[in-house]
Amino acid sequence: MIDLTRRRLLQAGLAGAAALAVAGGVAWFRRRTDATPRALDRDAQEIVRAIVPAMLAGALPADGADRTRALDETVAAVDRAVAGLSPAVRAELGQLFALLALGIGRRVFAGVPSPWAEASRGEIDAFLVAWQSSAWALKRSAYDALHQLVIAAWYANPRAWPAVGYPGPPSLAVSL
Amino acid sequence: MNDTATPRIADPIRAGLAAGWDVVDASTLDADLAIDADVAIVGSGAGGGVTAETLALAGLKVVVLEEGPLRSSTDFRMREAEAYPELYQESAARKTADKAINILQGRCVGGGTTVNWTSSFRTPPVTLAHWARTLGIPGLDGDALAPWFAKMEARLGIAPWEIAPNVNNAALSRGAAKLGIASAAIRRNVRACWNLGYCGMGCPTNAKQSMLVTTLPAALALGAKLVTRVRAERLVVVGDRVDRLEAVALDPGGTTPTARRVTVRARSYVAAAGAIGSPALLLRSGAPDPAGLTGRRTFLHPTVVSAALMPERVDGFAGAPQTIYSDHWLDTLSPGGPAGFKVEAAPVHPVLAAITMPGHGEAHARWMGQLPHMHVLIALIRDGFHPESAGGTVRLRDDGTPVLDYPQTPYLFDAVRRAFAAMAELQFAAGSTSVMPVQGRGEAFTTRAAAARAIGAFALAPLVTPMVSAHVMGGCPIGPDPKRAVVDMTGRHHHLANLHVIDGSLFPTSIGANPQLSIYAFAAKLADGLAATLGQRARGA
Repeated sequence: MIDLTRRRLLQAGLAGAAALAVAGGVAWFRRRTDATPRALDRDAQEIVRAIVPAMLAGALPADGADRTRALDETVAAVDRAVAGLSPAVRAELGQLFALLALGIGRRVFAGVPSPWAEASRGEIDAFLVAWQSSAWALKRSAYDALHQLVIAAWYANPRAWPAVGYPGPPSLAVSL
Repeated sequence: MNDTATPRIADPIRAGLAAGWDVVDASTLDADLAIDADVAIVGSGAGGGVTAETLALAGLKVVVLEEGPLRSSTDFRMREAEAYPELYQESAARKTADKAINILQGRCVGGGTTVNWTSSFRTPPVTLAHWARTLGIPGLDGDALAPWFAKMEARLGIAPWEIAPNVNNAALSRGAAKLGIASAAIRRNVRACWNLGYCGMGCPTNAKQSMLVTTLPAALALGAKLVTRVRAERLVVVGDRVDRLEAVALDPGGTTPTARRVTVRARSYVAAAGAIGSPALLLRSGAPDPAGLTGRRTFLHPTVVSAALMPERVDGFAGAPQTIYSDHWLDTLSPGGPAGFKVEAAPVHPVLAAITMPGHGEAHARWMGQLPHMHVLIALIRDGFHPESAGGTVRLRDDGTPVLDYPQTPYLFDAVRRAFAAMAELQFAAGSTSVMPVQGRGEAFTTRAAAARAIGAFALAPLVTPMVSAHVMGGCPIGPDPKRAVVDMTGRHHHLANLHVIDGSLFPTSIGANPQLSIYAFAAKLADGLAATLGQRARGA
């Protein structure tokens, strides 16, 4: 149930806006200095890679080379998806990732104590659940963005299809 | 022979290009482009396509500008990974300003008609009556529109669908029969449909009679020009007329402007960029708007989803996606009261299903593991008929791109709660073993009593209760009174003599049914009037 008072919402909104403004500045600085011309910078890729196993728990291959390949392909597909978004939406996502990449943003905003690459599945899952059910709409919208990006990236991959019983598109040649 | 070199299904677009159609992909321009035409049409969807053919048949020189790419049956490989980024606005992830509603809009040649699910309804009489009686808009009754509906139905093969519905749609029909409520078959704009189920990713067999394979090829064959991957930035207004259209070429990815400019000088201009794009173009152009109407009262048919598991295989990814509907919850509520909703089925492809299922991790994976047994209903809420349903507002970001602000009101959530209850009833009646109203963390219920209790207590809220929209309408409403309408009864802008708006943004409320046939019929009527006006002026000159 969402029962935030208007005053608390305003405070949260202002705090969030300030945090995003700082993060936006960081994102701009990083873009200027990051040599890799990708939609997601190195920090954002690391965050996505940390989130994928929790978001797709029970869906990704359990271990071995299959799992590594699935992880790699999912992160790469998120990167491609972000590249296809409008510059305005890319900028918003850039702010989100820049905030999460800051140590203080990760600890205070996301509640993840360990650096992303070292965070446990439990820490990441707690972060996702907290944002999904947050009283603050901004966090819920950020959860939705991560949900949509990561989950679409995996289920668009034909490797995901056998486990869900999807046979893939029909062959037009057979139908003829 | 290999598949890519020799398409086995005739591709009318590739054939037309080979025959010398005048088509320019603006992402390949190495110099600015200046175009002269009788009429410049911004957008190639339901409104722009019909307008282009009508004007070209009248002998006018037409240029159509489209923000998206030209793709055709050879490209349509029925893969979500390709279709959503290629053919939809913002990779099918366009959101309202607060991110609470996901908007599916086409962005390719043919616009929404290239990717819609083919559902074809005439504008409901109750909607037209509301426009006449409550909004004071004359001359749009069923009799006046009937010839235009008939014309477009014949043009686009809109007819009863004779093939049995797929399991997903049949379950809606079965559930409705068990509950003793009405359901019926949906007419579709198809010819020789293969019943594959991939309408939303571009029809690979050209069965769907979208603008891509009907009106646009006809216009191009008559000498019309098509410019793709170009974004109309502004109409340059001088006095009470549009002097020229300034546009910018996009990069091959289709998201970012390049340095190349496209300028069009025409006698007349038609905004047909859809109900977000057209108001945005007028706003960027500073078009006169003394009553502050442009981009306001934008409607969505806000839609909520109910997933269920059936004992038998549903295979909701196979077969025509939308062939049965129920208007029980529209017909039993008058338009001025609590909001009604239309119930339809929705296709169940892996990405669409996975992003719709709430939550993540093991619970999400368990639902996805049942994909072949998943039954999906949607309820499309009729918005815009009540004082507490004023719709949304299109505004411009700093970079000039549009965003729709659509507040979700208690009035809307009241309809959402009734819609979840209705869909759960239908799904249990059809034999579902488990029903999940798509909301919150995705709790599922195995009995109707448990579902009803829980739905009554749901804490519905933005970004807790996901909503989607595939029908953006309004923002440039039609009507005789400049204080209440952006365009007059001919579609002409009330304050700009040579600008028409011909697309879904004309509608003063939502339609209360999938809107493509409404747009086709309005476009046919208004474009016919425009052709007559321009023809007379040409003869007089």
